[in-house]
Amino acid sequence: MPPPAAPKSGDALFASVERVNAELFTLTYGAIVRQLLTDLEEVEEVNKQLDQMGYNIGTRLVDEFLAKSNVSRCADFKETADVIAKLGFKMFLGVTATVTNWDAEGTSCSFVLEDNPLVDFVELPDTCQGLQYCNVLSGVIRGALEMVSMKTEVTWVRDMLRGDDAYEMRVKLTKQVPEEYPYKDDD
Amino acid sequence: MQFFGGGSSLTSVAPEASPAPSAPPGTGTGANAQVLYVFNRGGVCLLYREWHRPLRTLDPTQDQKLMFGLLFSLRSFTAKIDPTTAEKGNLGVPLLPGQGCSFYSFKTNTYKLNFLESPSGIKLILITHPRTGDQRVTLKHIYNLYVEYVVKNPLYAPGTPIKCDLFNKHLDQYVKTLI
Repeated sequence: MPPPAAPKSGDALFASVERVNAELFTLTYGAIVRQLLTDLEEVEEVNKQLDQMGYNIGTRLVDEFLAKSNVSRCADFKETADVIAKLGFKMFLGVTATVTNWDAEGTSCSFVLEDNPLVDFVELPDTCQGLQYCNVLSGVIRGALEMVSMKTEVTWVRDMLRGDDAYEMRVKLTKQVPEEYPYKDDD
Repeated sequence: MQFFGGGSSLTSVAPEASPAPSAPPGTGTGANAQVLYVFNRGGVCLLYREWHRPLRTLDPTQDQKLMFGLLFSLRSFTAKIDPTTAEKGNLGVPLLPGQGCSFYSFKTNTYKLNFLESPSGIKLILITHPRTGDQRVTLKHIYNLYVEYVVKNPLYAPGTPIKCDLFNKHLDQYVKTLI
């Protein structure tokens, strides 16, 4: 039997997954955010809810990513960040992110997105100024990394909907959680 | 740490009871895959399927705990005695899933246990006839099936035992094609 396949490149991965119409995706996401705003009214609540939704998505998404991309365990956080930016974002959103602003210990970095399919056609009105429209992405990254035993904190630094020139999210690795033997030694 | 203490009784009694599938590999009866376990990183047995298992020594929960314990310890052990890596932690230090070298099968005179672990901690164990070749491609395919029919199923709560009919059906179909 041939050995398992080597990891695919970003473009090959993107070509191999099923794709959905970009406008459908953008408009569906917009409808979700709109509905959350109507239901919850508080912008902070909506941010939290988007993050939670992203977290739930991320915990499932990671298995699909690992299955389709054939990447093995990354040696350190730097490699992880590169894999997320080049393969992860490409596979699921069709855009590549760049990784910048590493801190001295290598535990914190920024993902910069020039192009973001979630926010096409979107403008934030004055009543929603505190809204992190793309907060679902921070939840997805947090959820996915937690399933590969990395606890992280993700915050938005730059947001084009607020007038900046790109989307930048800061990801900080707080803890690597190794596996523990889950059963108590009772038998 | 649990080691495979109860298992030695399994391998010594099995030849008298009845050995692994009567058809040797290559006859295409589809009777090769005998048992499949799927565990998540918390040790929860998400799936246990058996197609051909002549002997059961323990009740199912014990059996699953033992299997998980064995693999947990074996993975830790194989990573620690790896002669090709420079860095060696202490034996008691827990590992991250996917870290260290990954063992993928062990073989006895009556069966072969094939193993695949994803970096997200999903462990797939397939027990087959001892003369089967490398099953990594098979296990990868089963992992893909898991992603398609279980992970993407909105009615499935992650971390709970799998009860998806579509997954079971596709799994059975795929397993029939294995020699």
